[in-house]
Amino acid sequence: MSPDSFPNSLSNPDLKVASLISVGQHPKSGRARRASQDARAVELGLKMTGSASRLIHVGGGDETGLRQYLGMGLPEITLLKADGRADAVPILASYLKEQPADIVLSGIHAEQGEASGMVPYLLAEHLGWPIVPRIADIQKVEDGFAEVLQALPRGQRRLLRVQLPFIATVDNAAPDARQYAFGPARRGLMNGVAVYAPVDEARLDWQENPAKPRPKRLNVVKAKSAADRFKAATAKPQGQGGKVIRDGTDREKAEAIMELLIAEGVVR
Amino acid sequence: MTDIPRRDPRTEWILRNRLHPQYDEVVAANSGPVRGPTGLLRWNPHAVGFVGPNGIKRIDRSAGLTGGAGGLSSRAKRRSAQVEVELPLHRIEQPDFYVAVVVDLAGGRLSGHDKDILGQAHQLVKAMEGEGAVVAIALGEAREATFDTAGADRLVHLTEVHGQPLTGYCPEQKLAVLEAVESELAPRYWLFPDSVHGGADIGSRLAARLGERPAVHAWQVDAEHTVCRGGSQLTDWHRPTARVMLLAEECALPIDETRHEAKSIELSSIPRVTPQIEDLGQVEVDPSKIALAEAEFILSAGNGVRDWHQFHTVATALGATEGASRVAVDDGNMPRFRQVGATGTWVTARVYVAVGISGAIQHMQGIGRCDKVVAINLDDGCDMTKRADLSVIGDSQGILAELLRLAEARQSGTESESPAESTEEERHVA
Ligand SMILES: Cc1cc2nc3c(=O)[nH]c(=O)nc-3n(C[C@H](O)[C@H](O)[C@H](O)COP(=O)(O)OP(=O)(O)OC[C@H]3O[C@@H](n4cnc5c(N)ncnc54)[C@H](O)[C@@H]3O)c2cc1C
Repeated sequence: MSPDSFPNSLSNPDLKVASLISVGQHPKSGRARRASQDARAVELGLKMTGSASRLIHVGGGDETGLRQYLGMGLPEITLLKADGRADAVPILASYLKEQPADIVLSGIHAEQGEASGMVPYLLAEHLGWPIVPRIADIQKVEDGFAEVLQALPRGQRRLLRVQLPFIATVDNAAPDARQYAFGPARRGLMNGVAVYAPVDEARLDWQENPAKPRPKRLNVVKAKSAADRFKAATAKPQGQGGKVIRDGTDREKAEAIMELLIAEGVVR
Repeated sequence: MTDIPRRDPRTEWILRNRLHPQYDEVVAANSGPVRGPTGLLRWNPHAVGFVGPNGIKRIDRSAGLTGGAGGLSSRAKRRSAQVEVELPLHRIEQPDFYVAVVVDLAGGRLSGHDKDILGQAHQLVKAMEGEGAVVAIALGEAREATFDTAGADRLVHLTEVHGQPLTGYCPEQKLAVLEAVESELAPRYWLFPDSVHGGADIGSRLAARLGERPAVHAWQVDAEHTVCRGGSQLTDWHRPTARVMLLAEECALPIDETRHEAKSIELSSIPRVTPQIEDLGQVEVDPSKIALAEAEFILSAGNGVRDWHQFHTVATALGATEGASRVAVDDGNMPRFRQVGATGTWVTARVYVAVGISGAIQHMQGIGRCDKVVAINLDDGCDMTKRADLSVIGDSQGILAELLRLAEARQSGTESESPAESTEEERHVA
């Protein structure tokens, strides 16, 4: 996936794409790294506008995690300097009003902290932009409209047409992010911008603890008599009396199968 | 004279012979308390139980020893009574407040997740003072949705808004409906399933619109406290309960002991919106690129498949993702990543068609979460036909050939019927 792979007829030199990036963590070791969904967003930005796409981060600037995004081939990160406890939404909203973008990409959830996935929604509400969640690709941008491929469960895709400017969150179904290189990661610039960053008051008295394993749901049988409970505990789960077709031609058998497939909606 | 009990040899003779045409009549006349010659109450062991289908006498002790030839029928009656048992109706005339639950209704059905959220809503109602009602909000077409037993006291069910059907992706219209509910009912809580079927999306939109801070991935909720899973599933956030909540699966037990009214509520006015997002429809996806674990429709091959080229053609024609049993893989007919089962992939398909698969336990483990299983097999006694919802007994090659013919006829048929529908745009391949 080189930046040139975005067909020329579709790419628009004036298109401004910005990706919101955060520091991720490795799910097992907890080590700081680029967040995987955010990296896919950066990858999509690279595909559309090459190294002209922008990276925006709100926070203190944890070097190791953020520099991995630079290592994907981008010259700089705009670092909106804020305390770790600050609310990112007003900062991003005021920044995006000053430095407009056509498409803002982000991950679905952060890999650290509350991970509520609300930043893109709140940003969209602040700016009055549409938001498209869980996209897999942006297929074309034309006349102020973009055609976006949205990822649905079970590997399905849906095509949406949305007006620019818009915000989109990038699903894990989007193409994998490219490997990052060490040299560019070191050379890239972290362009710090001082902003007014109010503290997120509401969260101060919340507690963050290591995750407790969730209890598994047991199959509790609510039976009136001991005999019923015994039956429930010992009965073999029977196939609920499936239909068996023994006789008939192959044609009839195939028709019975086809009927079921159509009734279930898997054959359109 | 009259109180000397007399024997009736003829009746006794009939009673000894179960095959006698008058046996049933005589038994029926003699049942009931029988006094023996000494005046003792006698119990007739021959009248207990019933004769099973294989000719062996069965005594059903769980039936409360009703005994007699009526044992079977009374048992059948009991069973049918058990099925039709009416749960008590939970009635709320004048609710003091509402708790709103927006169900996903994925595929038109209430999912287990939806039912858990309704159960959670009832827990919240119980924890609060006053009489509250749970209002389920269902947007879109519903099939076999049992809102009453799932726990909806009130129901807002819309399939269209201002003449626009609520199908496909239309979050802005749905949000407008929720805003109308907010202004008319002002629910105490808004609960959403935190799911990929749209619950998380619409819930986040509503939270942003109302300016409420939602509790997301919440998995333990009571009236004061909520525990939410944080990023990468590594932390738990303990926080006060929020007004808008996106709840994880299995957050609470579903309702199973009561029936609810599911009384329909009409919304007086729904704001009009001009959607900025337009749905151009689903695009065709190459089924062989869908990961086996999340494929919706799998055609799986086993040792009973003879013609492999034919099998692949059928899978393509039906638009099914291919799967295989271990034997098919070990014999080199299918790649390893297609193997379904204990040592392969655990699939979650809605429809699973097993062609020539016997149903070894290692294979059955892998398809435990499939909804509908179809078996094509020569052997009508194999384990796969016992599990299957539809089994056809016959040679796989012939049936697959007919299936292919049907699929092709269908494709050409639908294309000639509606050529306008299959425009360029809709036939994008992802
Ligand atoms: C440790 C271990 C792990 C295993 N893990 C897995 C696993 O993950 N997945 C897995 O699948 N297996 C697994 N197995 C293997 C498993 O036990 C079975 O051997 C295997 O599933 C059988 O595959 P089959 O049903 O395709 O073949 P068979 O058992 O040979 O069944 C073939 C079926 O096709 C039918 N048939 C034959 N000819 C025709 C025809 N012309 N038309 C229609 N039907 C026909 C037959 O009636 C029969 O029912 C495992 C075994 C072990 C020991």
